[in-house]
Amino acid sequence: MTPTVAPLAEELAQQLGAERVLTAPEDLAVYAYDGTAALRQNPACVVFPLTTHEVAACVQIARRHRAPIVTRGSGTGLSGGSVPMEGALVVCLNRMDRIIELDPRNLTIEVEAGVVTQTIDEAAGKHGLFYPPDPGSRKISTIGGNVAENSGGLRGLKYGVTRDYVMGLEAVLASGEIVWLGNKCVKDVAGYNLRDLFIGSEGTLGIVTRVLLKLVPQPQSRMTMLASFASLEAAGDTVSDIIAAKIIPCTLEFLDQQTIRCVEDFTQVGLPTEAAAVLIMETDGHPLVVAEEAAAMAAIASARGAISVRTAADDVEANKLLTARRSAFSALARVRPTTILEDVTVPRSELAGMVAFIAASAAKHGLQIGTFGHMGDGNLHPTFLTDERNADEMHRVELSLGEIVDRTLAVGGTITGEHGVGLAKKPYLRQQLGDHSYQLLKLVKRALDPEGLLNPGKIFE
Amino acid sequence: MSELNLLKSLDYSVLQQCMHCGMCLPTCPTYDETKFERSSPRGRIRLMREVADGRLGVTSTFAEEMSYCLGCLACQTACPAGVDYATLLENARGEVERQHVVGGTARRLFRWSTLSFLFRRPRLLRAFGRAMWLYQRSGLQSGLRRLGVMKLLPKQLRLMEAMTPTVVVPFSNARIAPLETPKSPANYRVALLTGCVQDLLYGPINRATADVLLANGCEVVTPSVQFCCGSLHAHNGELKLARDLARRNLDLYDVDELDAIISNAGGCGSHLKKYAELLHADERYHARAGAWDRKVRDVSEWLVQIGCRVPATASSSDAQGRTIATTVTYDASCHLMHGQRVVAQPLALLQMIPGLRLVPLVESDWCCGSAGVYSITQPEQSAKLLARKLDHITATGASVLASGNPGCLLQLENGMRGDPRFAHVRVCHPVELLAEAYRRESGGYDG
Ligand SMILES: Cc1cc2nc3c(=O)[nH]c(=O)nc-3n(C[C@H](O)[C@H](O)[C@H](O)COP(=O)(O)OP(=O)(O)OC[C@H]3O[C@@H](n4cnc5c(N)ncnc54)[C@H](O)[C@@H]3O)c2cc1C
Ligand code: SF4
Ligand code: SF4
Repeated sequence: MTPTVAPLAEELAQQLGAERVLTAPEDLAVYAYDGTAALRQNPACVVFPLTTHEVAACVQIARRHRAPIVTRGSGTGLSGGSVPMEGALVVCLNRMDRIIELDPRNLTIEVEAGVVTQTIDEAAGKHGLFYPPDPGSRKISTIGGNVAENSGGLRGLKYGVTRDYVMGLEAVLASGEIVWLGNKCVKDVAGYNLRDLFIGSEGTLGIVTRVLLKLVPQPQSRMTMLASFASLEAAGDTVSDIIAAKIIPCTLEFLDQQTIRCVEDFTQVGLPTEAAAVLIMETDGHPLVVAEEAAAMAAIASARGAISVRTAADDVEANKLLTARRSAFSALARVRPTTILEDVTVPRSELAGMVAFIAASAAKHGLQIGTFGHMGDGNLHPTFLTDERNADEMHRVELSLGEIVDRTLAVGGTITGEHGVGLAKKPYLRQQLGDHSYQLLKLVKRALDPEGLLNPGKIFE
Repeated sequence: MSELNLLKSLDYSVLQQCMHCGMCLPTCPTYDETKFERSSPRGRIRLMREVADGRLGVTSTFAEEMSYCLGCLACQTACPAGVDYATLLENARGEVERQHVVGGTARRLFRWSTLSFLFRRPRLLRAFGRAMWLYQRSGLQSGLRRLGVMKLLPKQLRLMEAMTPTVVVPFSNARIAPLETPKSPANYRVALLTGCVQDLLYGPINRATADVLLANGCEVVTPSVQFCCGSLHAHNGELKLARDLARRNLDLYDVDELDAIISNAGGCGSHLKKYAELLHADERYHARAGAWDRKVRDVSEWLVQIGCRVPATASSSDAQGRTIATTVTYDASCHLMHGQRVVAQPLALLQMIPGLRLVPLVESDWCCGSAGVYSITQPEQSAKLLARKLDHITATGASVLASGNPGCLLQLENGMRGDPRFAHVRVCHPVELLAEAYRRESGGYDG
């Protein structure tokens, strides 16, 4: 512990009350991680503000004590974004969980940053509306975390990602000042679009305290299908063909055999464990269009040699399939002690080649990789099933990872589609952006947070 | 001491299995209450790992957190990574006990008298039960309550006294013969485990269990003196005592002669199925424990497996002219649902009963706060969960609440007592309803 801890906690306790300031070793140890493998660092103190003003007070106190601030939602991040650094103050927003206003006339909802993603969708549902971004973690991830990572989800292909729904946000800056960026207007070009600067900023530019979100009407109907394939390429080609046929379904999710087996082990929804790959495909909208698109997608899958195409009989079965997909990442942890997940994304025309490349790289280095992902978005999650205590194997993981990154960038892809850079992808960012763009990022950071108070050491040094 | 540390000696992969994804958090009642990570499954597992890695001692805060956990295992159902939380918790609690982190004479006395003494001695437990029955019948209990004598006792004992359930005599050995055979030729031979709490408080459930087994072609073996399964001991960190009881149980039956070993208590069944793991280091008993585990079934699980006979439709009124169209709701016992993964079977049994309408219970998969001795060790949190559960039950409008574990039945009955919302609500085990349906077939009175 750094020597400044005691006064920092004391001052916070005076402002917020001692029961919302944690410093016991048993409490610090459980804020040392997020959902990312093999990262661990205890903070110096954890605090739970309930209002924007309390957040601002926390920032000012931390600043006086020169304690770096790590904002935390539910700690499901997959790039180490909310993993503390030494001496850090964790500002945990999971108790700022009020829905402030649902405005059915403007189709918006305003919520505090700690509201759980699924809760927003459920609240919208009561008005015949829905909130489309649905990360696999939506039953526990917070909207603040979603905004900070610009999270995607299973419906991203047709409906886009978190950014496409944020109309406004309130943030506390490193100075402790509070700003509102955006409003309920569909159009707005007054000044720079600073709101977007905060989306995907991974807690490095400000603490998001409130979010104003756009909602959309619920589709009248939907149809969910499960197609299984004898080869990875056939699944990849099917996705490319569907896009090329100008069909934009709501969901095109991919699981390879390793993933299928783990997920089936957990969910027992009847996934074909002998198939090399499956696609979960969903189309929604007007019933006639849905029927037409579903038929067209089934035909494309068959033309690419699908072994079978099964249509979910009802919503219950459809939801089971989607829930099964959502558990893919965690289910892969059944196999080996350490699960290292990547987030590479490529232009969709490159998908089949990329999937094959990943499999070949795993074979070459004698590694186990399970791959799944938001195939329709070109977003793959090759997941290394390994053991962090085996140094030799970890070295091979690094080699393979390097190859995958090189290949991704060579075909015009990105190192992270939705999980953010955080700590995990930091070594590869400069390679992707090039020197000038990389410096520009740092320039922005210095302008907003000159003292390096907010989540220092994330994204870049 | 450290080389014996239970968490350290546990296979590390069990601890490492948790990849801290957080998918279990929304299913955890204690996290829901506090929103502190250390009261979440993910947080608790991390604390155990800190202890295993030697970064944290077994502190009183650690002990508190392990005690605050309900052991409801909702996290285990939610966990896609297949974390064996039950084993982790047992070992963590075992370590807390082993290091005597939490003291207090009243606590020791309570633990000793129940875990080490009564629950290990079936005859004594029954004698104790009989004494309790007399105590209740004689009016002594209410007299003492009025006089406030109970205030003199330590707080926990006072609470226990207020919760003392009504013991129901006769006990199972007087209700069920050691061997009962069905009218039709027997297709199966099964053992019926009568349980401790079940035996003392819910003898009729054991009778009903025997009846439905008989009605489904099972010959029922019920030794008149049985041993506690040891689940209370294991769940509370007394692993040595639990092993001892497991061995005694294994000695009592000839497992090879049985098609199934039937439990009708979710909490016991969940533990009974894990004897092999409990006795993994016992060369003499390990193999037998494996054979035993494979044959243990919850009664609903077994009946569905052998194709439970649907009771014939009886007239809509019984011999006394009372209508029997009843609205029933079902509350899943945590250890039946999350521990044993027996989810659909009790519902399937209820659904096959003529004249019964099953209405869904919101949050049926959420703990009622009973959780073994939790209502005694953590009365506040237990009461909160109970109130939440009772609100949901009221909302169903059902006149019967069925659940497959005596601890839950006890907790719910305690909560309903004196609450006008439940003046006409009956609490029972699903097999009781099924047994009554079979009885109605033959025109019998189902009292
Ligand atoms: C099983 C599983 C499935 C997942 N599926 C997906 C998926 O499909 N798509 C996807 O995009 N992601 C997915 N994720 C990743 C993760 O859930 C998302 O990144 C999510 O948005 C994180 O939310 P959180 O509340 O847990 O944030 P945390 O992990 O607590 O924080 C994430 C980052 O955001 C910052 N932050 C958090 N709250 C705020 C705030 N209010 N203001 C400023 N900064 C803040 C933190 O400092 C950190 O850098 C998945 C994760 C898991 C474990
Ligand atoms: S117990 Fe399972 S669900 Fe919970 S954090 Fe660990 S791996 Fe995830
Ligand atoms: S057993 Fe129940 S109370 Fe304990 S951590 Fe799991 S879900 Fe929470």
